[in-house]
Amino acid sequence: MTIGLTHYLVLATILFVIGLMGVIRRTNLLLLFFSTEILLNAVNIAFAAISKYYADMTGQMFSFFIIAVAASEVAVGLGLLVLWYKRNGTIDLNSLQEMKG
Amino acid sequence: MEKYLYIALFAPIVSSLFAGLFATSPKKQFVGVITSGLLALSWFSSIRLLFGLHEKVLHVKLFEWISAGNFHLDFGFVADQTSIIMMVTVTTVSTLVHVYSNYYMEHDKSFNRFFSYLSAFVFSMMILIMSDNFLGLFIGWEGVGVCSWLLIGFWYHKADQPREVYPSISPSWAANEAFIMNRIADLGMLIGIFLIYWNLGSLEYDKVFANVDKLSHGTLVLIGIFLFIGAMGKSAQFPLHTWLADAMEGPTPVSALIHAATMVTAGVYLVIRAFPIYESIPEIGYLIASVGAFVAVFAASMALVNNDLKKIIAYSTLSQLGYMFVAGGLGAYWIALFHLMTHAFFKSVLFLGAGNVMHAMHDELNIKKMGALEHKMKWTMIIMTVASLALAGIWPFAGFFSKDKILETAFSSHHYFLWFLLWLGAGMTAFYSFRLVMLVFKGEPRYKKLGVHPHEAKNYAIYAMAPLALLALVSGFFEHGFVHYVTKMLPELEADIGSGTFIFLLVVTLGIALSGIVFAVKKYSNNNLKDLFEGTFIHKLLINQYYIPVLYEKYITDPYAKLSNFAWEKVDMKIVDATVDLIATIIYGAGDKSKVIQSGNLSKNLKLMVFGLVVLLVAVVISQLG
Repeated sequence: MTIGLTHYLVLATILFVIGLMGVIRRTNLLLLFFSTEILLNAVNIAFAAISKYYADMTGQMFSFFIIAVAASEVAVGLGLLVLWYKRNGTIDLNSLQEMKG
Repeated sequence: MEKYLYIALFAPIVSSLFAGLFATSPKKQFVGVITSGLLALSWFSSIRLLFGLHEKVLHVKLFEWISAGNFHLDFGFVADQTSIIMMVTVTTVSTLVHVYSNYYMEHDKSFNRFFSYLSAFVFSMMILIMSDNFLGLFIGWEGVGVCSWLLIGFWYHKADQPREVYPSISPSWAANEAFIMNRIADLGMLIGIFLIYWNLGSLEYDKVFANVDKLSHGTLVLIGIFLFIGAMGKSAQFPLHTWLADAMEGPTPVSALIHAATMVTAGVYLVIRAFPIYESIPEIGYLIASVGAFVAVFAASMALVNNDLKKIIAYSTLSQLGYMFVAGGLGAYWIALFHLMTHAFFKSVLFLGAGNVMHAMHDELNIKKMGALEHKMKWTMIIMTVASLALAGIWPFAGFFSKDKILETAFSSHHYFLWFLLWLGAGMTAFYSFRLVMLVFKGEPRYKKLGVHPHEAKNYAIYAMAPLALLALVSGFFEHGFVHYVTKMLPELEADIGSGTFIFLLVVTLGIALSGIVFAVKKYSNNNLKDLFEGTFIHKLLINQYYIPVLYEKYITDPYAKLSNFAWEKVDMKIVDATVDLIATIIYGAGDKSKVIQSGNLSKNLKLMVFGLVVLLVAVVISQLG
């Protein structure tokens, strides 16, 4: 059995759903970051696979951009996380309820 | 010569704007002086036009005013014989009234504002009489209406009084009444103007009057009727007459200028100006003459028993306007214009005299409480007597020449009944004029009970009145020149009656006028205060103005107020407002319910976001499948 585009896309979908569930369910901010990473990488897989399938480099270039953006996002995010932990002693998501309607 | 036309037209607005600059500041004497000066300048320019044009017509176009589709109209002015006569009359009276107002309003805290309004009125009046098209006339027409509203309601802070209390109502009430009644009539006038444009495609006098014969008879009748409805409102003819007597709530110089000499004659001016239309529909002319004759007697009868100094003169104005409409309706346009002019002079000075009396009596208006003012106010008495003689139509005063001509016209055109009414009116006029003079100036000093100390007006007030009194005395002798001048434009109507009939008419008319005077003098000479018909039903009818104001209130104003209340409480509050409120309530409620979403809990927000995403995805899929 050769591995085709469909398999890659199914894998990407599964990963995306796992990431999405993580985003919804988790209350630990660190794990929330992990989940967003999974979401982004699921998209990356789909981009790379489709790029290969159409022999078009644009998708792979996009993946690189996403990796770069994700890296900087994690860097900033972890910095903020450390600050939050120092101030509140917790990284629970429910401690971030300051803006109520 | 063009510059004189512009000066005559624009000096009053400059004066008004200048006075307006100081409208909120305390009294400044120079405002009164400068506005009077500018008005005098306007008067001088009008006189220059009268003598300098050598019977040519001056026509100027300032700029293109309206150009829409096929409709083109220039903002143009014309100085022809009719408008120049009107300009001279209006500026003469208004200049002298401006000077007089310096005296009359000297202690008023809104002195500057008064002059601003008064000059603005003169400007509107000048637009009305100088415009070369119906639309410009209408602008002036509305302008004088607004200024009249401002000036009647000048003492707007005076409280409302119920109708039963003497003298009557409040200035602001009277101002609104005048304004609203004029709106009703103006609608008629506007329809008339629309009809003209609809049928002729132009509103310029020259073009309209050149094409009158192309219109069908029915259209002309409609136009004539609707224009006359407009004239009826402005000139306070029955049934739109009640506002004029109530307008006496305004300051007396206003009554002299607006409600005697100028604005109320605008209706007569309209009939004279539109004479090519009225000439071709004599049956409408007859209708106008009948309304005029009716009002002449109707108003004079109310003046017979009234005790209010200014209201008597107001009714007399109404009655004289009736005379003018008779002349206009019977095709004697130049006679209508002539009577308009002489009436402007003697009636304005009569009002100014009443102003002196009011000042002397501390605003008391009841002539039964005056008496014997002749010793205190000699000059006022002389001037008012001259004006009253002119009003009564005694030779050689101005009223004799103009009023007699109207009676002659009615007789020679075989309208004997109209003539009889006018003849009766002449007798009544003589009676009530001298009843007023007798009760105010003769008899015993009844004013002593009021504790007032009457005094003559200041000298310059008398000097301002003197030219008008002089004109009331001599302007009748201008008749020959006047006829020669205005018949360049207006049709000359020669009364073809034999000299025997002429002398008979003269004697009969003079006879009733003189006997009216003698009767009044005899009746009120021995400090007798009993009026004609006193104690009878007729007296009650007359003093209550034939109950017409009451009827209007009962059958028009009150039902209308009820209807308005119904529309407000039931339609507006229960339907319109309720609908708007309902929409607001729904939106507010929805917001209240959905604000829980903004809990600040991030994971909840994320869940909602995902939920929204899924919903959108499903929607896209469904729409793709469909």
